[in-house]
Amino acid sequence: MHSLFGNAAAVATGVFAAMRAKGRDTRVVAQAGDGGTVDIGLGPLSGMFERNDDVLFICYDNEAYMNTGVQRSGATPPAARTATTQAVGEHPGNVFGQGKDLPRIAMAHEIPYVATATVADLRDLEAKVEKAMAIRGARYIHVLVPCPLGWGSASKDTILLARLAQQSGLFPVFEAEFGEVTAVLPIRRRVPVTEYLQPQKRYAHLFGQTPDTETIERIQAQADRNLSRYHIDEVEI
Amino acid sequence: MRKQIEGSAAVAQAVALARPEVICAYPISPQTHIVEALSAIVKSGDLQPCEFVNVESEFAAMSVAIGASAAGARAYTATASQGLLFMVEAVYNASGLGLPIVMTVANRAIGAPINIWNDHSDSMSQRDSGWIQLYAEDNQEAVDLHIQAFKLAETVSLPVMVCMDGFILTHAVEEVEMPDQATVDAFLPAFEPRQVLDPAEPVSIGAMVGPEAFMEVRYLAHRRQMEALEVIPAIAAEYGAVTGRVRDGLISRYRLDDAEIVVVALGSVIGTLQDTVDALREQGVLVGVLGITSFRPFPLESVRDALAGARSVVVLEKALAVGIGGIVANNVRTAVAGLAIDVRTVIAGLGGRPILGESLAEMIRGVDDLDELTFLDLRTELVERELQRNRATRRSGPTAENLLRDVGAVGDPLSVRMPR
Ligand SMILES: Cc1ncc(C[n+]2csc(CCOP(=O)(O)OP(=O)(O)O)c2C)c(N)n1
Ligand SMILES: [Mg+2]
Repeated sequence: MHSLFGNAAAVATGVFAAMRAKGRDTRVVAQAGDGGTVDIGLGPLSGMFERNDDVLFICYDNEAYMNTGVQRSGATPPAARTATTQAVGEHPGNVFGQGKDLPRIAMAHEIPYVATATVADLRDLEAKVEKAMAIRGARYIHVLVPCPLGWGSASKDTILLARLAQQSGLFPVFEAEFGEVTAVLPIRRRVPVTEYLQPQKRYAHLFGQTPDTETIERIQAQADRNLSRYHIDEVEI
Repeated sequence: MRKQIEGSAAVAQAVALARPEVICAYPISPQTHIVEALSAIVKSGDLQPCEFVNVESEFAAMSVAIGASAAGARAYTATASQGLLFMVEAVYNASGLGLPIVMTVANRAIGAPINIWNDHSDSMSQRDSGWIQLYAEDNQEAVDLHIQAFKLAETVSLPVMVCMDGFILTHAVEEVEMPDQATVDAFLPAFEPRQVLDPAEPVSIGAMVGPEAFMEVRYLAHRRQMEALEVIPAIAAEYGAVTGRVRDGLISRYRLDDAEIVVVALGSVIGTLQDTVDALREQGVLVGVLGITSFRPFPLESVRDALAGARSVVVLEKALAVGIGGIVANNVRTAVAGLAIDVRTVIAGLGGRPILGESLAEMIRGVDDLDELTFLDLRTELVERELQRNRATRRSGPTAENLLRDVGAVGDPLSVRMPR
């Protein structure tokens, strides 16, 4: 069922409560975009987490409000150009130091299961959904989904970009239970963030005639921070 | 069973008698006692099966009710004032989807200025939301309307708001006759949804509809409210037959038969009006009271019939449509269109201002001299002082604070700047 932009988690709670009252074991899954999850729907989502309702919430994160024409969301990464963070001015694109890391916000609720995934690794995603469905209580899966139109990338590169996001360290893929990280997806071939950024027009202003090395370094520092925070190793496969 | 009981407790018990399966609410005065009592009833195990969900906002409360109702559960919530406004997007969603949720609105003013006392601004703001709106005159009627509301909602597949005056009813202890469980069970069958989320018979609910069919979906919602004009009296009659409390359902009539002057009102002020009418009738004034129980759907025909013999009609409103005046009055004017009846609007009781019998009597006696729009017991001296301040200086400061200083409710640190 579709109700509103910002209430998927609460509607899911209602369905779950109805199933409980009726003594049925129908499981409930709620889905929303990053805007519906990290911004307008955060209150109801946090409420659902806090009550530990038996709902699996899946966020499809394409890092902006795409339906309405690529405006910034709280999940838009620094320096990315969107329609409301244009590539103009002294610091073009989205501002550094803003935005929300929702998987970690979810973990702070100490819910039974939090996982991140990308569309580059469907087996991993499938395994996480299966695992989530074997657990009771509030569960959260955050899936990175490149948006060719919004990111200014080629459709054929969708899976590649999702993989590069993970392999650069910018999008850590991990699992957490009750607030503790329990597993991370290792990186097969570590890549510099430029390999991920450059094919995307939303970062084109970083790669002009004189590349904006300062900004690129700041993004690289974020990737490095993720690798150490989640203890993500590079492994030979 | 007859009980001396607080209005909120009585309503909570009435709601429990209707066996809701999901109750969700977020606290706001003056609704709190209702949901507190319900949470205790559920927690004690006296109402089973029922899930009580403590949500984090009114927006979530209505959203949980939406999910529960779509999954086939009888769902209930309650709110007031700012809470009702905070849930508005979901309020429209519930009616648009045709989900038979029942919600109590413990009527309270809307800020700013923040005010917890009674008027009808909150529910009146939702008059066009697609919800059925019933207004209780006293706590007995509040109890009776809640039980009927579930049946009504489920019969026509529309959500129903039962409006009861905050504090005046919610916090008043009165004698109330509570129906017993067997009576309610016989009156109110289990919820048979018209649409339900069920993996065994999958449907989608909440599809986007474009210009090709949107008008028709809306028209059908209107049709259902028009049907409710028939269903409400039928349910009221059925309920009357088993409880002995027979009401019309759409309107209430008090000494209307030979009335030349009729005051139209909603909610608890009708009691005050009836007393006033009795006193005035002893002085030979032919006056009566028309109560509107069902404000949505608006019973145009019943109102027209009830007012047909009147010369003057005063619509006493506990809400103000800023920029025009009356809300109920406009509906009444539509009802009496073409009849030679003067309809005047009197705004009264905003933000809990007491509506005094004396003031009502004076207003009724002077009905022929009333302006089209009057504010009952408006403190004109306060208004004048503020207007004077506004004229005297550009930075005259916040209106509410200025008025509070004038009435002596707060100190006056800025008095040196203020013209006296
Ligand atoms: C209350 C409300 N405000 C604004 C909108 C307009 N709106 C529709 S979709 C959307 C953005 C959706 O972004 P996201 O959740 O990230 O999903 P995406 O389109 O990117 O998949 C907005 C702002 C709305 N539908 N409701
Ligand atoms: Mg998005």
